[in-house]
Amino acid sequence: MSPKDTPESGNGGGPVIEAQAVIIGAGPVGLFAVFELGLADIEAHLIDILDKPGGQCAELYPEKPIYDIPGLPIVSGQELTDRLLEQIKPFNPTFHLNERVEALERCEDGRWRLATDAGRQFLTTVVVIAAGGGSFTPKRPPLQGIEDYEGKSVFYSVRRIEDFRDRNILIVGGGDSALDWTLSLQPVAKSIALLHRRDKFRAAPDTVKKMLELTEAGKLNFILGQAMELHGEEGLLEAVTVRTKDGETFRHDCDTVLPFFGLTMKLGPVADWGLNLHENLIPVDTEKFETSEKGVFAVGDINHYPGKLKLILSGFHEAALMAQQAHKYIYPDKELRFEYTTSSSNLQKKLGVR
Amino acid sequence: MPKITFIEHNGTEHVVEAEIGQTVMEVAIKNNIPGIEAECGGACACATCHVYVEKEWRETTGEPDEMEEDMLDFAFDVRDSSRLSCQIKVSEELDGLVVRVPEKQF
Repeated sequence: MSPKDTPESGNGGGPVIEAQAVIIGAGPVGLFAVFELGLADIEAHLIDILDKPGGQCAELYPEKPIYDIPGLPIVSGQELTDRLLEQIKPFNPTFHLNERVEALERCEDGRWRLATDAGRQFLTTVVVIAAGGGSFTPKRPPLQGIEDYEGKSVFYSVRRIEDFRDRNILIVGGGDSALDWTLSLQPVAKSIALLHRRDKFRAAPDTVKKMLELTEAGKLNFILGQAMELHGEEGLLEAVTVRTKDGETFRHDCDTVLPFFGLTMKLGPVADWGLNLHENLIPVDTEKFETSEKGVFAVGDINHYPGKLKLILSGFHEAALMAQQAHKYIYPDKELRFEYTTSSSNLQKKLGVR
Repeated sequence: MPKITFIEHNGTEHVVEAEIGQTVMEVAIKNNIPGIEAECGGACACATCHVYVEKEWRETTGEPDEMEEDMLDFAFDVRDSSRLSCQIKVSEELDGLVVRVPEKQF
């Protein structure tokens, strides 16, 4: 059986994808879950909020060494990700990146319905939550009352450039997101300013060059300093207090702020799925790594059980045991015979090495 | 053992013992210093272990390198004395070091 798109339309508007297993989170443990499920003849979909697989390994420490992966005395976060991707290639998982699972609910037939923030829906027998420390979300600057402005005057992403036409925009930050959006929004904005704490930028050199050209042409106001306070009423921004390097402060008039301060991990919607969380972690048994809900598993840093260690290698073990139980749900009439990849022609065929 | 003083934003002082070779962030976490979050666990990837190094210690602790400067872009209320405590290694010379914890980590 292969997962297929059906024309049936859910409340998200898109087609409902029927799946055997959906893995939430494409970090190292989510990726290895594809492998273990694959050996059990289970096809997997992976959903991740990031634009690439690898989770924290790829986002937080791609170049940093990891020393405790068995058999790999030293491996970087990115290299581990790349090797896992190579390892799961025979199982050809479907990736759904830049998407966050918003809702998880049981259907009448016992399967699970998942909905993402992109309007995609899944019907699946097995759900594997491998969400690590939660989903990566934009950092919110700790400015007093900023929540009140969010969605009206303060935005952490741009969905439609047109929404920013004729606004007086202040972009804060010095990375690629900040500079890319400065360049993209400049043509539609009534006025635009870029605020950064120093005159060095992490953004790509070409982007920096274009930004400096706009500044020289008088089309962009580059301000050296930091945002300290927001001014406005009822979510409508009027000005931002800026502090310069010398410690002086002044008010900068603007009606829109886009802060780009990187990503942080927040538990997110997992908290709303009725999984009896224990200190923001999902309790599981240590035989199947199943949650309080039948068919919903949790592996890796997001789960909790007595003696839990938040190590990648623990997550790998958890994924292996999870797959055994997942097989029982997906193939209730078949017995899963225990075999070694070294000697089993059956497993080797699945891996494409025979 | 070198001693390090952490001063919270509200003025509360914590004088703690450190081991040579530890990072100042690790010392803070081990002693539950409020205001040091160290979300990424010391990978210089989050800027939530931001501290201000007292003036007389700035020469000894040195300046942030380029990667740390980049990461400080993600911190709040960055000053000339700003450092990420995960990037300061404890040595004999740092016995008596005083750092201040900012009002907010991001």
